[in-house]
Amino acid sequence: MPSFVDPVKCDGCKGGEKTACMYICPNDLMVLNVESMKAYNQEADQCWECFSCVKICPQGAISVRSYSDFVPLGGSVSPLMSSDSIMWTIQFRNGNLMRFKFPIRTTPEGSIDPKNAAHKGKNLDDEMLTDEEVDNYQLPRPIAIVGK
Amino acid sequence: MALPNKPAGELAATLDPAIVEIDTDILIVGGGMAACGTAYEIKKWAPEGTKILLCDKAALERSGAVAQGLSAINTYLGENTPDDYVRMIRNDLMGIVREDLIFDCGRHVDRSVYLFEEWGLPIWKTLEDGKTVDGAQGAPTLKVGTKPVRSGRWQIMINGESYKRIVAEAAKAALGSDNIIERCFIVKLVLDKNESNRIAGAVGFSVRENKVYVIKTNAMMVACGGAVNVFRPRATGEGMGRCWYPVWNAGSTYTMCQEVGAEMTMMENRFVPARFKDGYGPVGAWFLLFKAKATNTLGENYMVTNAEMLKQYPPYGLAKVPASCLRNHLMLKEMREGRGPIYMDTPTALANLSATMSPKEVKHLLAEAWEDFLDMSVGQAGLWAGTNTEPERVGSEIMPTEPYLLGSHSGCCGIWAAGPNEDWVPESYKIMYKGKNYSKMTTVNGLFTAGDGTGASGHKFSSGSHAEGRQVAKSMVRFVRDNADFKPVLKESAKELADIVYKPVKTFMEHYQKSTSTDVNPNYIKPAGFQRRLIKISDEYGAGIATSYVTSGPMLKKAFELLGMLREDSEKMAAGDLHELLRAWENYHRLGTVESHLRHILFREESRYPGFYYRSDFDLVDEKNWKCFVNSKFDPEKKEWSVFKKDYIQIIPD
Repeated sequence: MPSFVDPVKCDGCKGGEKTACMYICPNDLMVLNVESMKAYNQEADQCWECFSCVKICPQGAISVRSYSDFVPLGGSVSPLMSSDSIMWTIQFRNGNLMRFKFPIRTTPEGSIDPKNAAHKGKNLDDEMLTDEEVDNYQLPRPIAIVGK
Repeated sequence: MALPNKPAGELAATLDPAIVEIDTDILIVGGGMAACGTAYEIKKWAPEGTKILLCDKAALERSGAVAQGLSAINTYLGENTPDDYVRMIRNDLMGIVREDLIFDCGRHVDRSVYLFEEWGLPIWKTLEDGKTVDGAQGAPTLKVGTKPVRSGRWQIMINGESYKRIVAEAAKAALGSDNIIERCFIVKLVLDKNESNRIAGAVGFSVRENKVYVIKTNAMMVACGGAVNVFRPRATGEGMGRCWYPVWNAGSTYTMCQEVGAEMTMMENRFVPARFKDGYGPVGAWFLLFKAKATNTLGENYMVTNAEMLKQYPPYGLAKVPASCLRNHLMLKEMREGRGPIYMDTPTALANLSATMSPKEVKHLLAEAWEDFLDMSVGQAGLWAGTNTEPERVGSEIMPTEPYLLGSHSGCCGIWAAGPNEDWVPESYKIMYKGKNYSKMTTVNGLFTAGDGTGASGHKFSSGSHAEGRQVAKSMVRFVRDNADFKPVLKESAKELADIVYKPVKTFMEHYQKSTSTDVNPNYIKPAGFQRRLIKISDEYGAGIATSYVTSGPMLKKAFELLGMLREDSEKMAAGDLHELLRAWENYHRLGTVESHLRHILFREESRYPGFYYRSDFDLVDEKNWKCFVNSKFDPEKKEWSVFKKDYIQIIPD
């Protein structure tokens, strides 16, 4: 389905205005059913399996069951995010298990300085970007030109 | 049991949405790499008090083509020149490209990559002793001269799971969260009432509450991706979502801009990537980094056995790396003649590499192979897990996908846009407004584009789209400075626009109780059914997988006959909830994009991209008559299309 929700683990993000999965899904698939206070994927055949909902769910309630039209049952791929890395567990249909850990970020989340003041642009009428102005970057021209 | 004739969905649509009117100076439509580039750069140029607004139909943190992450940055020039970057793309796209736009992207793109690294994106490095390290091991930055790990001449490897989150964080921090509306889907652009061919605003709606946004603006950038699921995909069940490019790219960029009269270019171009079958995972690292070969069922490398075929397409087939479409052309011959399945020979590649490696290094190599999927195409990892495909033991099938329309990857359809203000740029590549040329402005005054929007300039990828978005930021601020006295007046009233946006809801409410099922009702068509009809037409008549990418004049005419009726029926699309309203407008945008694509293919009487599509009635690359752009333009007043040739100018020598 793509992504699916474990009804035991899902707490509807405790009745907040929107759930984490609803907030993040790039394709507007995850929705909250207010009566049951559980989220679900409302359009399985439009799921890209991008895992954004799986990665963000604070309850670990969301998993992916691979596409029924070409993936046999029994395998699984599960991410576990931390602030600087992601751990993936891959279970094959035959039971074999693999685990990988990759870095995702070298700076603390929320630490990016947008430099709006430090990189204030100077000449609006040329083709230089602000950081290029700061670094005195020499904007290349074609080495040779055949037509114009 | 209650009958299912009631609105479905958790967020019901109502007939009286709130109308929110907003006045701004600059509107950014989209939230992907290009839009994030614009958001990051723009306040550094805009004077204090300039009003800037960004509308994204999803959440910036995970929207656009990079939402899932990427395992590589496909454009980083490093030691290469922008001149060579132009040469590579010109060959890959069969000779007809905007060399000014490509050169311009090439000379700025590394600057965006430097920013990504500064913000925290882990980039693999090659140390002085030749050892490679991943992006978190603290090697000095690219900006100070450290070498990346190249998986090809232009590509560098990253640990890119959080690529978009990082880029979005910078964009948000620079623009300010107050200037961003998420889950706002802009569906229609609006021209000015008083000045002809002048953008004045846009209209969209909230996917979360019954609210229509009517926005007036001086300048606007539309950069909301390419077009996916515009052809019937190979997987039509749940797997319809597992397309190669993001499923949420609905052709909105193309349709919205062409409807207000923006000149389109090379809309006949498409991309048909050859990828791991069904999962559509990346093959680039397997070919380039792990040196794997693709073979037919006889174990032959068809790039070698069919090498003669490349000679029929000089100079594009003779380059060291033949054009992407021609590589498909050779593979398709094998499939047509029954020598499939085509396999990526992963066991041999890994065995060759591990012959000179320690077990620890082999383990690391395997992890890299898996990361390639896990960073950007997790579904492919799911497919390998479900089918017990361990790449060191068994190979994996590759196959050309259904066609995609895009302008930033290895395709180049899109909108005609102004080149940079440089003396080496041909005059015919500039678009003058009140005596000035504004880089990346479309032929509609005040309307700009970037990323997948800019036509005839492919191979920007993530980094180039970001850099292009930054250029547009500066260009728009300059435009607004020069046209500060412009007071946009929308052609239609806010109420009229809201009625247009909510028409599918009105249609649903009027009729849904006339059938016991909301999905089957003679008075309307639901977005899902509409999309299936569209992709059946494009697939069967427009050179989709059904005909192995072959079409012809008569087949295209049949397509237009059917598309004409589909367009009439688009007036009867029905949406019972806000999610369905999103789909209704997305599929309306898909329709306009498919029409444009086929209109261009019909006009271009040759087969410029063998392997991507063939005209059976003109099965040749005709350099004499067709080495030119095909452009088209919709007249919003007369509601008429014109399609015409435009001169290609070679700027960079061979």
